[in-house]
Order: sequence, then C-alpha cells, then structure tokens
Amino acid sequence: MISEDKNHHLKRKNKSSTQLIEMAEVKLLGVGGSSYSRRVEWALKIKGVKYEFTEEDLQSKSPLLLESNPVHKKIPVLIHNCKAICESMVILEYIDETFEGPSILPQDPYERAIARFWAKFLDGKCLEAVGKALWSKFGEEEEKSKQEAYEVLKIVDNELKDKKFIGGDNIGFVDVAANYIPFWLEIVEEATGVVLVTSEKFPHLCAWRDEYLNCSEVKENLPDRDTMLGFFKAKVLAATVAK
Amino acid sequence: MTLAPQKEPESLSFKNNMAEEVVLLDYWPSPFGTRARIALAEKGISFIHKFEDLSNKSHLLMKMNPVQQRVPVLVHKGKPVCESDIIIQYIDEVWNHSFPLLPSEPYQRAKARFLVDFINKKVHESSVKVWMGAKEEQENGKKELLEWSKFLEGELGDKLYFGGDVFGFVDIALVPFYNWFIVFKTFANFNIIETECPKLVMWGDRCLNRDSVSKSLPTTDQVYQAYLEFKRGWAHG
Repeated sequence: MISEDKNHHLKRKNKSSTQLIEMAEVKLLGVGGSSYSRRVEWALKIKGVKYEFTEEDLQSKSPLLLESNPVHKKIPVLIHNCKAICESMVILEYIDETFEGPSILPQDPYERAIARFWAKFLDGKCLEAVGKALWSKFGEEEEKSKQEAYEVLKIVDNELKDKKFIGGDNIGFVDVAANYIPFWLEIVEEATGVVLVTSEKFPHLCAWRDEYLNCSEVKENLPDRDTMLGFFKAKVLAATVAK
Repeated sequence: MTLAPQKEPESLSFKNNMAEEVVLLDYWPSPFGTRARIALAEKGISFIHKFEDLSNKSHLLMKMNPVQQRVPVLVHKGKPVCESDIIIQYIDEVWNHSFPLLPSEPYQRAKARFLVDFINKKVHESSVKVWMGAKEEQENGKKELLEWSKFLEGELGDKLYFGGDVFGFVDIALVPFYNWFIVFKTFANFNIIETECPKLVMWGDRCLNRDSVSKSLPTTDQVYQAYLEFKRGWAHG
C-alpha cells in the first residue's frame, strides 16, 4: 500500500533534489492497527515525506522484517536508504533529525529533556500499567492493576491541567507517545468491559483526548474503529477460552 | 511555557561558573547514577554531588522528580533533568563544545539510541533476575545475559567503542552493567562471557581503564553490599 500525500506535488517544489531522491527510498514496515506504527506514519506525514508502506502479517513475519529487526522482530521498522531504524520513538527522533518540516521535538536542550522524559514515561510505565489493568480480568490482581493504572493516568491528568497538549501548544513527540490513550484504550475498554478513563476521574485527560482526536493530522491517520473493536473482541474471546 | 535558551559565556572560568549551578542527586551503587557521573566527568563538568538515602528520600529529590521519585536527577540552574539516558543527551547538547558523546550523523545516533534502549530494557531486566530471582529465574537471567552479550559483541565488532574510535553514549550506558557482570561472577557463577564474548571483555577492560569510568564506578564490593541492603527492602531506580 503506497501512502498518498495529496499535496506532495506542491511540497516537492520546495525541496532539494537530494531530498527528493532520499525521500524515494523511505519504506515503513508496519501494521495499520498498531499505535506504534501510526506514530511513525504521523511523523512522516507531518514532514511531508513520501513513503512506501508494507502491512506486515505478525503471524507470519516477512524475511525483510526479521532481517531488519533481528533483536525484537517487531514493527514498526523504518528503512531509509536501505538502513533499518527500529523502535517507534527512536524512529521519530531520526525522522526529526533527517527531514525538513515542522519540528517533532523542541529545539531547546532543556525542553527536549522534558519531552523525552514524558515520552519515556508515557511509552513505558504508563502504557504498561494501563495495558495490564485493561487485561487484568485474565491475569492476576485485578484491583491492584487498576489502582496502578489510575495512579499513572492521574499523573498525566495533572500534567494537562494548564495545557492544551501534554507537550504544550502543539502535538509533538510527547502527545504521539501517548497516542494509545485517546483511541485504542477506549476500544479495549469496550472489548474487555474494564473501564479506566472517566471524565469524573480524569477531566483534563478527557478534554485532551477530544482535542487530540479533533486534529486533522490525527483524524486522518487512524485505523477503522469497528475493525479494531473486532480485533480486540477476538483477543478477549481467546483469553477467555485460555482461562 | 518555553524558556528562551540561554547562551553560555565562553570564558576560561566557564566550568567554575557552572559549578554552583550543576547538582547531581545520586546513589553511589546505582548503575544509572554511575552513567550520569561518567558523562559529567567526560565533559569535565564540575558539579555538586548529593547522595540520597533511598530509604528516606530527600525533600529535594521528591520535588525535583515527583513522577518517578528516583535518582539520578541532574539539576542545572535549578531545573531538573531525570532519567540517566536523557541526562547524558542533555549534557551532550548543552556542553557541546568538546568531547561529543553521541555521533553526529542521524543514522548512527538512531543506532546508539536503539542500543541504549536495549540495554535499559533487556540487559537491566535480565540482570535483575540474576540479582533477585530464585534458582530457576536466576539461571534464565544468566542465559539471557549471555544472549544479550553476544548480540552486543556483534554490534561492537572490531571497533574500540560502540560508536567507533570515540567513547560515548552506548559505552556509558553499558559499562555500569558490565561492572555488575563482574559481581555476578562471584555470587552467581556467571563466567561465560569471557570465553564466549572476548571482544566485549576487551571493551570492558578498555572502559574500566578510562579515568572518567574508574573514578565514577562503585567497586564490586560496594555493588554487592548495596544488593544485600536492597534485598532487605527498599528500591532504587
């Protein structure tokens, strides 16, 4: 599936011929339903980079994927000029440093450190706690997992008290690290019946979610909701049978 | 709100002027604290070193790192930078006039970040199994560490350091864990890497002989004593 950038013919006028050649060599191995994969697509699109997208079958990974990411064997993998870059947040920094266009990370070193801190927290401890809680009916310590998830979500909610986005005035590195919260989280809640996010508990998080989903750069880069719900309901069924 | 970046004076007393402005909240046996120390030493940055009692964390630490509540924290002009890999990149970006810690080329930088992420997750997690696990989990941890060591040896190849000729980000991230491997030899019978990963062992010795590393690294005895205290109850990050 080749990605289409509707205005690319206009943007090309503004780019050097070297960058045009470089852009032609951009491939993304990903999965349309994956929040990690969508992070990279967001970054490529805001930079106006034309890329070739390959939808991977995770049950039968391609030789190219296994060769490009032998350590983790995971998507997304960005292949630029035949060189593979792995891990979505590492890929985002690479895209920011390689291609012209709107900045993904701030310029100031301290602001960059803050952005990296929040991205690491959101992509790490927060994601883990939320994921564990959502699937806690099939694991152990349901109440404990939920409490841990509430704690990390409260931290994010507090951070959003006086801000439009977690990263500040615009969507960037930090908010994209949290991309699973506004879209995927709610679908999994519906599939599993475990509800974590309510506007009573996390008013600022919910306001941010609505703001985030309303941005065209986000709206135009989401998988089909019904398809995702079907996918997660199947996972719930499989987990129920296993239990 | 974004603060305007401040230009640093290019005077000879630059490093001394900064001394009052750079504080490291630390815990001597921590591999993450060790990373921050090495990075500061490589750049020749003077700083105030404050050691935490992790069973009784200071008000300053809780104020500077309310989210993760752990060391190391670099406080520069009153503003905190947390997480060791983020601290190293911050140091490299602010004190950018000499001794670069990250490569200049984007693909090499991405490779370095990928490897540090790998060390943070895989090497750290498997090491914790060796420290804390019961017999079977400890054995699994050792097997995993051997696998990670072989991978890292492949990445190192015949280079002096992971970034090439210059000691940098990946070396700083890994060397405190290499120090842990030495401790694992004594109490967990983890001997394999000497025969299986000779290049990694040579790299380790090369790093341990660097001034910045030798003065920043806890002794293997200090590491072991800290582990015993850790097992008795409280956490460090």
